[in-house]
Amino acid sequence: MSVATQDSAVRTGRITRTFIYVFLIFFALFYLLPFFVMVINSLKPLGEITGGNMMALPQDWTIQPWLSAWSTAQIGVEATGLKPYFINSILMVVPAVAISTMLGALNGYILTKWTFPGHKILFGLMLFSCFIPFQIVLIPMARVLGELGLSGSTTGLILVHVVYGVGFSTLYFRNYYAAFPTELVRAAMMDGAGFFRIFWRIMLPVSGPIAVVCIIWQFTNIWNDFLFGASFAGLNAMPITVALNNLVQSSTGVKEYNVHFAGAILAALPTLLVYIVAGRYFVRGLMAGSVKG
Amino acid sequence: MAVGQTRTERDWRMRLQDWLPKLVLSPSVAMTLLFVYGFIIFTIYLSFTGSKMLPSYDWVGFDNYRRLFGLSAWTTALINLAIFASLYVTICIAIGLSLAIFLDQKIRGEGMLRPIYLYPMALSFIVTGTAWKWLLDPGIGIEHTMHLWGWETFRFDWIKNRDYAIYTLVLAAVWQSSGFVMAMFLAGLRGIDNEILKAAQIDGASNWNLYRRIVIPLLRPAFLSAFVILAHLAIKSYDLVIALTGGGPGRATELPATFMYSYTFTRNQMAVGASSAVIMLMGIAAIMVPYIYAELKEKN
Repeated sequence: MSVATQDSAVRTGRITRTFIYVFLIFFALFYLLPFFVMVINSLKPLGEITGGNMMALPQDWTIQPWLSAWSTAQIGVEATGLKPYFINSILMVVPAVAISTMLGALNGYILTKWTFPGHKILFGLMLFSCFIPFQIVLIPMARVLGELGLSGSTTGLILVHVVYGVGFSTLYFRNYYAAFPTELVRAAMMDGAGFFRIFWRIMLPVSGPIAVVCIIWQFTNIWNDFLFGASFAGLNAMPITVALNNLVQSSTGVKEYNVHFAGAILAALPTLLVYIVAGRYFVRGLMAGSVKG
Repeated sequence: MAVGQTRTERDWRMRLQDWLPKLVLSPSVAMTLLFVYGFIIFTIYLSFTGSKMLPSYDWVGFDNYRRLFGLSAWTTALINLAIFASLYVTICIAIGLSLAIFLDQKIRGEGMLRPIYLYPMALSFIVTGTAWKWLLDPGIGIEHTMHLWGWETFRFDWIKNRDYAIYTLVLAAVWQSSGFVMAMFLAGLRGIDNEILKAAQIDGASNWNLYRRIVIPLLRPAFLSAFVILAHLAIKSYDLVIALTGGGPGRATELPATFMYSYTFTRNQMAVGASSAVIMLMGIAAIMVPYIYAELKEKN
C-alpha cells in the first residue's frame, strides 16, 4: 500500500509481471524481425539466401549488395543503382520541407494572432485537405503540371508536396501559437511593432520545438511518398521510393534479394536516422497530427 | 498640419496592418482552394462525363457510377477493403492498447522498448512491403526457414494464395502502425489522474475490473482518434499493396486506391476512375468531417 508509486497505482503479482514481460519482448522481436532480416541478408551473397536460411547470419560477409544497390543495380532499363534517385529525393525534399514549414509558421501566426471573421472555416478547409485521398486530385494535377510545363520535374513534385503539405504544417503552428499569450502580441502592437516584426522578434524565437516537429513530419512524409512520385515524376525526377519499387518488382533476370534488401535500407536510412536522432519530436508530431485536430 | 499628416500616415499604416495578414495568408488559401477543392470539383465533374484516355466534357449523368458498381473488380476492391480495414483497425487497437497498458506498469527498459515499437512508422510503405514480401515468400522466407529447421510440413504461403493474401496485407500494415497506436494510448494513460486509480483500489477493485470499468472508458478520446486515423489510412492504402502484392494474386488484394489508379492510367477509363475516387473521398469525408468539426468546435 505504502509503495504505491507516482506513475502507476496498479500493483501486479509476479506471474502477471512475467506474462507482461514475455508479451512485451515478443512484440519487440516482432517489430525487429523484418529489419533484422533485411540487414543480415543485405550482407550475404545471393546463393546463401536462395540456397540457405533467411534467418541465419551470413557465412561470407560481403558489402557487394550495398555497392550494387547504390551504383550498379538495374532500375528500369538503366543500370544506375539507386544513387541518382536518392539525389532526386533530396533535391525534392529539402525545398518542399522548407517552403511548407515557412508557410505553415506564417499561417499559424495569422490564424491565431491576426484572426478575422471566417478564419475558422478557412482552417477547417485546410485541415480537411490533409486527409483527402490523393486519388481525387491525381487527374487534374497531372493536367495542370502538364500545362505549367512541370510534368516529370523535381519542381513539379516540390509544388505538389508544398500544396498538400501546408495543411499539416499550418495545423502544427496554429495549435502551438494558440497557447502563446496573445497579450504579448497586443502589447507589441501598442508599441508600434508591425506584423512581420512581431513574427520575427516574438513568435519565431519561441518556435523551435514546433519547427522541429513540423520539419520532421514533413520530411518523413515527403521522403516516403510513393503515389505522387509514381504519378508525376517520370524518369528524370523519380524519387527513391519509386526507384526501389522498380528495382524489387523488375521481372527480368535473377531476383537479387540481397540487393533488394540493401536498397530498401538505403531508402529507409534518412528517415530512420531522423527517428533515431530526434525520435521524441517525431512522436510528438504524430500525436499532434492525430489526437488534437 | 503636422498632426493631420501623422494621422493619415497612421491611418495608412493601420490599414496596411489590417491587410497584411490576409495578404500573407492568401497564397496558402488560394493553393488550397484551387489544388484541393477546385480539383475535387473537377474530378467530380469528370465522373459525370464520358472521359476515356483524356478528359472529355460530354455529360453522361450517373452512367459511370452504374458501370462502376456493376464491375466485379470494384466490388472485389470494396470487399477487400472491408476485410482489410476492419481487421487492420481492430488488431492495431488491440495490440496498441495491450502494449500501452503493459508498458505503463513501470516496466524496466521501457525507454528501450518504446522506440522499437514505433520505428516502423518512420519507414516508407514501400520499404515495409519489400521486407514482408520476401519474408512471406514461401520459397525463401519464413516457410523455407521452418523447413530448414526441421518442421517439414509447415506451410505459410498466404501471399501466393488468393484466399489468404489479403491477410498478409493486414499483417504488414499492422506491423507498421500498431506501435503508433500504442503511443496514442500510452499518452492517454499517462494523462489519467492516479488518484482515481488509487481510490478504486482502496475500494477493492481487481486490476482487471480497474481497467475494464475505469481506465478503458477514460481512454475514449484515444480510441476515437485511433479509429479515425486508422480508418482513413486504410481507405488511402496504396503503396503497401503495390510493394507487397501488386494487387494480386489475381485480384485478391486489389483495393479502391489501386483500382482507381489502374482504371485511370493504364486502362484509359478515366471517368470510371474518377467516380471511384469520388466514392473514396466520400468514405473519408464521412469519417473525417464530423471529427474535424467536433475538434474545432471544442476549442471555442
